[in-house]
Amino acid sequence: MNAAKLVAMANQIGDFFAAQPDRRQAAEGVASHLRRFWEPRMRAELLAHTAGGGAQELSPLVREAVEMLRKG
Amino acid sequence: MRSLAERDPGTPAARSDRTVSLQIDGLPVQVPAGTSLLRAAVLAGVSIPKLCATEALAPFGSCRLCLVEVEGKKGFPASCTTPAEEGMRVRTQSDALARLRRGVLELYLTDHPLDCLTCSANGNCELQAVAGTVGLREVRYGTSGQSHQGAAGDDSNPYFAFDPSRCVVCSRCVRACEEQQGSFALTIEGRGFASRVSPGPGGRFLGSECVSCGACVTACPTAALAEKSLVALGQPQRRVATTCGYCGVGCGFEAEVQGERVVRMLPSREAQANLGHACVKGRFAWGYATHPDRITRPMIRARTSDPWREVSWEEAIGHAAAELRRIQAGHGRGSIGAIVSSRCTNEEDWLVQKLVRTAFGNNNVDTCARVCHAPTGYGLGQTLGTSAGTQTFASVEQADVVLLIGANPTDAHPVFASRLKRRLREGARLVVVDPRAIELVRAPHVRADYHLQLRPGTNVAVLTALAHVVVTEGLAATRFVAERCEPGAFEIWREFVARPEHAPEALEPVTGVPAALVRGAARLYATGGNAAIYYGLGVTEHSQGSTAVIAIANLAMATGNVGREGVGVNPLRGQNNVQGSCDMGSFPHELPGYRHVSDAAVRGSFEADWGVRLDPEPGLRIPNMMDAALDGSFRGLYCQGEDPVQSEPDTRHVIEALQAMECVIVQDLFLSETSRWAHVFLPGASFLEKDGTFTNAERRISRVRRVMAPLCGKADWEVTAALSAALGHPMPYRHPSEIMEEIARLTPTFAGVSYAKLDRLGSLQWPCNAAAPEGTPTMHVGGFVRGKGRFLPTAYVPTPERTTPRFPLLLTTGRILSQYNVGAQTRRTENLRFCGEDLLEIHPQDAADRRVADGDLVSLTSRSGEAVLRAHLTERVQPGVVYATFHFPETGANVTTTENSDWATNCPEYKVTAVQVARAAGRSAWQREREAMLRSPAGEAP
Repeated sequence: MNAAKLVAMANQIGDFFAAQPDRRQAAEGVASHLRRFWEPRMRAELLAHTAGGGAQELSPLVREAVEMLRKG
Repeated sequence: MRSLAERDPGTPAARSDRTVSLQIDGLPVQVPAGTSLLRAAVLAGVSIPKLCATEALAPFGSCRLCLVEVEGKKGFPASCTTPAEEGMRVRTQSDALARLRRGVLELYLTDHPLDCLTCSANGNCELQAVAGTVGLREVRYGTSGQSHQGAAGDDSNPYFAFDPSRCVVCSRCVRACEEQQGSFALTIEGRGFASRVSPGPGGRFLGSECVSCGACVTACPTAALAEKSLVALGQPQRRVATTCGYCGVGCGFEAEVQGERVVRMLPSREAQANLGHACVKGRFAWGYATHPDRITRPMIRARTSDPWREVSWEEAIGHAAAELRRIQAGHGRGSIGAIVSSRCTNEEDWLVQKLVRTAFGNNNVDTCARVCHAPTGYGLGQTLGTSAGTQTFASVEQADVVLLIGANPTDAHPVFASRLKRRLREGARLVVVDPRAIELVRAPHVRADYHLQLRPGTNVAVLTALAHVVVTEGLAATRFVAERCEPGAFEIWREFVARPEHAPEALEPVTGVPAALVRGAARLYATGGNAAIYYGLGVTEHSQGSTAVIAIANLAMATGNVGREGVGVNPLRGQNNVQGSCDMGSFPHELPGYRHVSDAAVRGSFEADWGVRLDPEPGLRIPNMMDAALDGSFRGLYCQGEDPVQSEPDTRHVIEALQAMECVIVQDLFLSETSRWAHVFLPGASFLEKDGTFTNAERRISRVRRVMAPLCGKADWEVTAALSAALGHPMPYRHPSEIMEEIARLTPTFAGVSYAKLDRLGSLQWPCNAAAPEGTPTMHVGGFVRGKGRFLPTAYVPTPERTTPRFPLLLTTGRILSQYNVGAQTRRTENLRFCGEDLLEIHPQDAADRRVADGDLVSLTSRSGEAVLRAHLTERVQPGVVYATFHFPETGANVTTTENSDWATNCPEYKVTAVQVARAAGRSAWQREREAMLRSPAGEAP
């Protein structure tokens, strides 16, 4: 999967949840969306890309969400 | 005209709670107050001769045949225009009435060709029948009248002919055009004996304002207006009640046939979706079903550069199954998947998702709803609790204000548009939110109160600005919200939309919509009475499509416009079974009934019934499949009745993905664009060849009934079942009704649905279960499906697609009345006479800046690619915006659209592409490549 496209898609998701006032809930919203709508290989690719230095391409909120995903 | 065998009460039903009692020919009759004497008589079993009256139209009182005598009243009133009154005593037969009727009929026949035996209406003509009923034996004045006899006919319309010599000037056609269709294309020219029906100043149907809906033809009591197919073939022998295979209105039709040959399709008066009306596609554009391009034998080939080889069904199915298993053996269980068509039946869609979940062993199943209403599923699911329009189409008759967003129903949902136009003529108010001046902004006797002509891509900003006005001006329905919605979520939303940056004035520079118009529209929506929102792909096909759907639901909840007649949130579904394919679990993350695959209890119910373990992880969506193909992890696709090469955005990307796959199986009626990259072709069946059900945009489940046997020998469901069996998972159904039994068994919202009940009631709107055994016309009455309605903040995030000096215009795409989506069906009909190529609408100023004249071939370029098509100069589009259709594969309109998609669902952003337009020097590179491929042996059917 194209990592750049996955990063862009993840940041789009973050843009929606960023409007929610509770930061923790917003990050959980992003993480939940990734869990419920992304096929495992897409999540795995995003996690691998961000683990390999690509985390800076993510918005701070999505970075938090990806860390939640990483922790399971 | 309709079959004489159909009972026609002559005037519409009256709506009244009060009943009146009277006597007609000595028979006691009770009818609602306001019922005409004509209708009352017919309901009592008494037939009165008539010509100008028919149930679909308001009474007119011109033919003077339906005269009656009323005790205690002078004269002979027309029964069609005389309401029944308490205690009336009515006589429909007397010597005086017989003399009057014969005299009137004699006058008609002085100017009518008496060639009944060779007339196309012979045996089914109201004039002929009335002449028989009144006992006419002579025409004392002769029959050589020349006011109509000998008048030149009009054959210009491809589907029906007008023969003025057979016209009795009853005005039924004119009234049908006005009352049913709302086009006002026909008129009566001249006076007295010289009166004549005319389709406008040109005098010919083709090229007039006529939209070929056929309402005039259906209404005509003689052969003055007749279907050319009926003229050619003669009267039908039998009728089959079925459902249209085009748009999401889901009109009911009577297929009138001789043997297995369709003579004509007549819109059903009993069908609740259309009440006897139709559009040019459903009424006339069915000839594709027997077009010579139909592929009726299975075919396979090793490489897509090879010519096709016809094989037996057994060899084709066996080869496909072996290839799919080979791919999985080498690349894993998740390396294959399927695309379900929203044009196929519920039963067929059910089987494909079952095939994927059981035989493929994954959730890689998606539907073409991905490219249209997937954001509706997400947005309405999050806010209201389920993915469904909240109303019936009839609900619009109770609406006081209609907010129409990103939809062009006169082209895309024409039968609903006619119903909407009727309500608007009655006085309902209209707000249109659309970058283009669609027909409903200003149509005959219809004028939008507000047209918010926003910049493409700014729906969310406009919707949030509307909400800002509602909240800050104290227009919210606080009691409704307090009773029905989550209070905490509402407070968060209220604070969000009330921020100054969401004021119409603050957002005007973004949206291009004057703030005063936004404020006026918001006040009208919030305070104008019953307010209903109707929306289409102009909402969903954006990078913020899901956010816009959420914003729509927020607006409806905040103003209390959910949960009763006349209000609601109504997605106008693009294809005939978009709703159904979604209901049937054709999504990679949801099992049937919109239940997530991670829900162990739901999975368990399917596992118990199907005898397999199901994957708890979501699968790949269509664009994800394409991306995964390019990285080598997705290599096999079963594509049922869908043509992603033409319909998906960024065509070259899709083709590259298909080229990377090892086995592409296409099941279709014709050699589609996608089939050119396929290895296995399985012939499909048209809607005329299958049994099943479709579910329309109002959640109405209607039967599709077989009119003729499948040309390829198998119904689509049988093909899927055969493939499943070849993969080791037998599907031993004997009839689609058994599939529906399984659907009902496993899907709570369909629990009460059966073919027997559908046959008895005609149609059912889900949820249909123990709590609502005859279905649910209006949803969320008394409470939302999810319990409390949930508000969500909707921040406007600009699309990444921006205009630049290189690409300074914004392209939106859409469809037109006479063509349908990728055009596979309508391009193989006479609808080509109405539109034979894709056009690019461009504002005259933008055209002048580029020295482009109307009709010039122009190059449309984006960062994705180039298409070449003809320019049409029109002020319907605003400066800076161009609009193209995508019906013709040779255009390659989607070569230009991008990979941008909705954040939640990956629904492509067809509605915003930055482009440049210039006069074309020749065909595009894409067009040249395609033509070369079509000329090669691989591009042809054997």
